[in-house]
Amino acid sequence: MSSPSPQPKPPRRSLLETYFRLAPVTVPLYAILVACLAGSLFILGAGANPLVAYGALLDGALGSPDRIASTVARSTPFIIGALAVALGFKAGLFNIGAEGQLLLGALTAAWVGTWSWLAGTPPLLAVPFVLVAGVVGGMVWGFIPGVLKARTGAHEVITTIMLNAIALGIASFLITSRDPALLIDDRASTPHTREVAASVRLPTLVEGTGLHLGIVLALALCAATWFVLQRTTPGFEIRTVGVSREAARYAGMRVDRTVIVVMTASGALAGIAGAAEVIGSGSGYLTPGAFTNIGFDSIAIALLARGNPLAVVPAALLWGALLSGAPLMQVEADLSVNLVRIVQALIILFVAADAIIRLLFRIRAPRGVDVGEPAVFARGWGG
Amino acid sequence: MPVLRVRGLTKRFPGVTANSDVDLTLHRGEILCLLGENGAGKSTLMNIVFGLYQPDEGQIEVQGHPVAFSSSADAIASGIGMVHQHFQLIPVMTVAENVVLGKESRRGPFLDIDKARAEVRELSRRYGLDVDPDAIVGDLSVGAQQRVELVKALYRDADILILDEPTAVLTPQEVVEFFDVVRSLVESGKSVIFITHKLREVLAVADTVVIMRAGKVVAAMPASGATEQSLATSMVGREVGFEVTKGLAAPGQVVLAVRDLQVADDRGHTTVRGLELEVRSGEILGIAGVEGNGQRELVEALAGMRTPLAGSVEILGHDTTGWSPRRVEMLGVGHVPEDRAKHGLVGTYPITDNLVLNRYHRRQFSRRFLLDRAAMTRNANDLIQRFDVRTPSPHVLAGTLSGGNQQKIVMARELSGDLRLLLVAQPTRGLDVGSIEFIHRQVVERRDAGVAVLLVSAELDEILSLADRVGVLYRGTLAAVMDRADATREKIGLLMAGGGEVA
Repeated sequence: MSSPSPQPKPPRRSLLETYFRLAPVTVPLYAILVACLAGSLFILGAGANPLVAYGALLDGALGSPDRIASTVARSTPFIIGALAVALGFKAGLFNIGAEGQLLLGALTAAWVGTWSWLAGTPPLLAVPFVLVAGVVGGMVWGFIPGVLKARTGAHEVITTIMLNAIALGIASFLITSRDPALLIDDRASTPHTREVAASVRLPTLVEGTGLHLGIVLALALCAATWFVLQRTTPGFEIRTVGVSREAARYAGMRVDRTVIVVMTASGALAGIAGAAEVIGSGSGYLTPGAFTNIGFDSIAIALLARGNPLAVVPAALLWGALLSGAPLMQVEADLSVNLVRIVQALIILFVAADAIIRLLFRIRAPRGVDVGEPAVFARGWGG
Repeated sequence: MPVLRVRGLTKRFPGVTANSDVDLTLHRGEILCLLGENGAGKSTLMNIVFGLYQPDEGQIEVQGHPVAFSSSADAIASGIGMVHQHFQLIPVMTVAENVVLGKESRRGPFLDIDKARAEVRELSRRYGLDVDPDAIVGDLSVGAQQRVELVKALYRDADILILDEPTAVLTPQEVVEFFDVVRSLVESGKSVIFITHKLREVLAVADTVVIMRAGKVVAAMPASGATEQSLATSMVGREVGFEVTKGLAAPGQVVLAVRDLQVADDRGHTTVRGLELEVRSGEILGIAGVEGNGQRELVEALAGMRTPLAGSVEILGHDTTGWSPRRVEMLGVGHVPEDRAKHGLVGTYPITDNLVLNRYHRRQFSRRFLLDRAAMTRNANDLIQRFDVRTPSPHVLAGTLSGGNQQKIVMARELSGDLRLLLVAQPTRGLDVGSIEFIHRQVVERRDAGVAVLLVSAELDEILSLADRVGVLYRGTLAAVMDRADATREKIGLLMAGGGEVA
């Protein structure tokens, strides 16, 4: 009864249908709008003018070519990190562990990047080598929860949270330990790792803004992930496992293996995010507490992008823009940068609870047209 | 004065008019059969009468008074009770607790369970329902659970009882007993609306028949004088062929041989216990039986989705015990699963992708790791035409299609290619007569082309019209296997109820 009787007419797309196809885009857009409006209540409460504040935010993020470059630089690790989380979503896995995987990738890259023989190697070989090292670091941290899930049914949310804590401990030990001195640069006054060789550094794109070649890598990875998911047989298996484990089993797909592969690949991507930051950003070394929250923010961005590997790019750019515009807002409107955090949280709140937005703006759920299967954000515990 | 009168009722859902200007009159002491195909609007109509939906237009009168229900609580207060197809019972509680749940008699702050037990006993005595108030519901047979549902409605003083497809879960013998109960209910002054799509039952029990088609009442008549053919014609809107036309089977070599098979269900209970069977090419072995006797586990074990505890499965000379679904499928085994929405299809995938759900890895659809989208679309267009799937485009999401069209997609996929063995479970559940005819024809065609077919169905009519040999699955073993010619409805019915052990 609920099924509309299909008419045998050619599939010409009506204006209305086009509108509904856009619903996956309109919901996040409206969510951003509502979040900004709600955020202005906080700004008013803090005694500032929302227009001035948002104006300064915009100016700080996009006010000049250099500022735009800084925003993009800021967004780069978010793009790759969110892509890692989004890939997990596609297989119905909620990888909370991007934070730890990213850190492990950064650590291995920071360590391998100091190997002396790399200093004399041409960058064309040295850079990929260090990136692969980062991949390996992240992979290990993704493979563990994958195997635990597939073999024992341990829920990835629990295991990845725990692995985050372990990764943090490992990183802090490796970076700060002086006796034995492991990765620490013992000539430095504040603890940080030794600087990686010049030959493994990613080329800077815009001087003085921190924008490095990592952005190109990030965009390429998004496109590649989209292609793998949509156009290849492993991608077909990943998506099927994500929307219906039962159907995947029926169709002869190896569900357990897919879970392991996706968690490992997700960890690998997060590892690249960390590695690219180490060898791309200014310092070339790791400090304790570096990259804090990039992995967690990546989860939020992946949610905003609704698990779509291409939508991750604009979502991460928005995220980066809010963060890189915040300091100017703080100066001009005399507001805490934490306000940006509030707006970010509101955006995710409205995206996750999209029923609110659909109700406010009367957006109907798309019906009957192929807009791509919905991302499964999380399954029941132990599912 | 009628006890229930529905006038000019219309209910629209986005894109569909589920009920359009429906009239219906129910008198005291009457059994009214509401007959119609799936999607004809029967359930919507009854859900409106029971207060679960609100009508867009029209009026409902109970005992002559106009009523407007905003919830089922209002309907219950007006003396209407409904027994749903899926029972709403809590298995871990006793019968008495289930019956009084939501309308408990109290003694101070405490539940007066003794009073509840006495009332249940009294109700079951008065209507001949045979229900033990202290039994745990989960331990009861499906038939007994249904009686508990009836007691529940009667406990709430229902005068009008709506029964939604009550016989779907019963054995033929239980159906006979159930009809006795229904008759005793109307004799004591209750009125019954009985939703069904089985013509035989209408003729057996109804006083009045109301036939719905596409949301409208197309006929209302006394049951006396109606024939199966006349009912079917007005239900479907055209002449219907009941008998599947098929010639004699020409069985060839053994394709599927199962020896001493034991399989456990998801909870670890062994539900297939030492089952043996053989299916030859060019024949249909029909497995009858009440659901839950191991059908699901049997088929899944044969298709590689479930590893047997013991025993062996041999397909085309290969010992396939413990093989993966992929390896089994590569032998030329088609599997139409019992739950098409859960296993057979991905509702959020377009038809194109569903038609390659388990074949995407073949050279035809992918090279190395790259999917050949063009080939998938060609395949879809071809199969949509051959299997008469009604859809505007191959890119429509499978989940938006009707059940019949969804099943045609599963059939199209599983029946295409080099097929040697076909496993079909409950292939026509929930489908309209037109789709059933089509699917039956397809199965017989494959048989004639030399495919070995194992058909598992809870619909006895389906088994009797399709099978060349009939087996009855009872508690995980085949109670008997006989030629179709020897398989009478009575004999099979008795075996389905476990009568084979005594006989």
